Amino acid sequence: MADRLTRSRVRSAWVFLAPMLVVLAVVAAWPLLRTIWLGFTNANLLKMSEAKWIGLENFTGKYGLLQDKVWWLAVKNTLWFTFLTVSIETVLGLVVALVLNRTFPGRGLVRAAVLVPWAIPTVVSAKMWSWMLNDQFGIINHILLGLGIISSPKAWTADPDLLMSSVVMVDVWKTTPFMALLILAAMQMLPKECYEAAEVDGVHPVKVFFRVTLPLIRPALMVAVIFRALDAIRIFDLIYVLTGTREPTMTMSIYARQQLIEFQEVGYGSAASTLLFFIVALLTVLYVVLGRVKLGGD
Amino acid sequence: MTGTAVVKKSLFYLLVAAIVFYAVFPFYYAILSSLKTGTELFSVNYFPVKWNFDNYVGVFRDNPFATNIWNSVLVSFSTVALSLFLGVTAAYALARVHFRGRGLLLLCILGVSMFPQVAVLSGMFQMVRAFGLYNHLAALILSYMIFTLPFTVWVLTTFMRDLPKELEEAAILDGASSWVILTRVFMPLMWPALVTTGLLAFIAAWNEFLFALTFTLTNDMRTVPVGIALMSGASSHELPWGNIMAASVLVTLPLVILVLIFQRRIVSGLTAGAVKG
Repeated sequence: MADRLTRSRVRSAWVFLAPMLVVLAVVAAWPLLRTIWLGFTNANLLKMSEAKWIGLENFTGKYGLLQDKVWWLAVKNTLWFTFLTVSIETVLGLVVALVLNRTFPGRGLVRAAVLVPWAIPTVVSAKMWSWMLNDQFGIINHILLGLGIISSPKAWTADPDLLMSSVVMVDVWKTTPFMALLILAAMQMLPKECYEAAEVDGVHPVKVFFRVTLPLIRPALMVAVIFRALDAIRIFDLIYVLTGTREPTMTMSIYARQQLIEFQEVGYGSAASTLLFFIVALLTVLYVVLGRVKLGGD
Repeated sequence: MTGTAVVKKSLFYLLVAAIVFYAVFPFYYAILSSLKTGTELFSVNYFPVKWNFDNYVGVFRDNPFATNIWNSVLVSFSTVALSLFLGVTAAYALARVHFRGRGLLLLCILGVSMFPQVAVLSGMFQMVRAFGLYNHLAALILSYMIFTLPFTVWVLTTFMRDLPKELEEAAILDGASSWVILTRVFMPLMWPALVTTGLLAFIAAWNEFLFALTFTLTNDMRTVPVGIALMSGASSHELPWGNIMAASVLVTLPLVILVLIFQRRIVSGLTAGAVKG
């Protein structure tokens, strides 16, 4: 009786799962495998039916990705962007979380205000900031000139040397709330006793932070960092809207889409997408493995 | 209160003020700019000079912005409805029934949520064209499943796993089918989780740009983010900043209000999606 019940439950479980699995197969598995396959062909958007298998040509060939300076620039830019944004966001996120973790009048309102950048669509924040960063009429130049920090207006979204800083600035603004909230959630789960004991012993708050808070929230912090890093590696919309496809901020996603759609080189672009996919997959695996090792060591 | 305590307290509130200013000012400035027209736009002010709503009229007159909004509403609501329906049934199976391969399945679903969107772009593009959906909103609803579905399934599964076992046992003894258990026993308890995941899926779909940019061609099929990104003026060097800011404010205001109302739910949903993941 019990056995029959279990079997019928397992059967209905698969019926319940089937629609979701079919949809995921159609929108995730098939497109992914198809993209990987296309990466080994010379497919072109205008003559897809003539696509031929060319092996590793797109990767290691004479005009392959590994020989393409722009591709390597995109890799370098993506990693640099990821490193910069995630580290700045972590520090700022920690500061915001520490503030929100204290009880003070109006805390709810402050937390709501912090969520605003997160709620704003990325394209909209890119537009808002590109107006604020406008070289002639932008408020950023106005403020910086007024404070005497710069002596002449800067072309934040045109000067090749400044493009990366602008993009990082906007991304940090947009994604710090996410970081802060994840860290805050971890902080609020910490046992109060540790802090009370530290307070009784008169330990300096800064020391408490580095000796108690930081080690205790480290696992959650690591998860937040890897989450943000995986997000930053595939950055597309913010940069596309703010600085376009210019080389100083060309990332792997921008490069791949430009090849695919603008240059219509489906095969070559798919190869670039595939490399990005494997870099992300590798980092995920690395993180899972390293994360385990570290957790085991604690 | 001693002198140092006062100093400490004021420094703390100064920090709070700085954080609020940093978070809110760009949006405030967008509202401010959206109320200025013509040459007023090119002088910097910190407070509204006068209330001029010309840009809000202009954005609908010069662009098919009403259509863009309608498209976004249609796509986002359909995406949420579809992913919640598929997510709830799948989450029930994954959270309440023991079967072989369950762990692996959950891992695969989590893996899909890590996919960079661009990694499936060319395969998806081909599929969209093969289905005859290029430049149709249905292409967006379908492709958005790739990021809303794994997330929905994951969060709903963690939520459903925590519901007490006794609830279900009584229903099983009464001979209720899985469908009845799900719809009559669990669904009434699921509303908080459904609201949270639905809201997050809605925001993700409302904000999506890459697929919307790639799978639509004409202005009447564009969603709001693409519409705003491609808004152009009389000449390519002269962007209609007033209109762009008005459009930005219009599409962001509902989101900001939603976030303010549901902030607790959103925070718990985000942490369930990330920390437990």
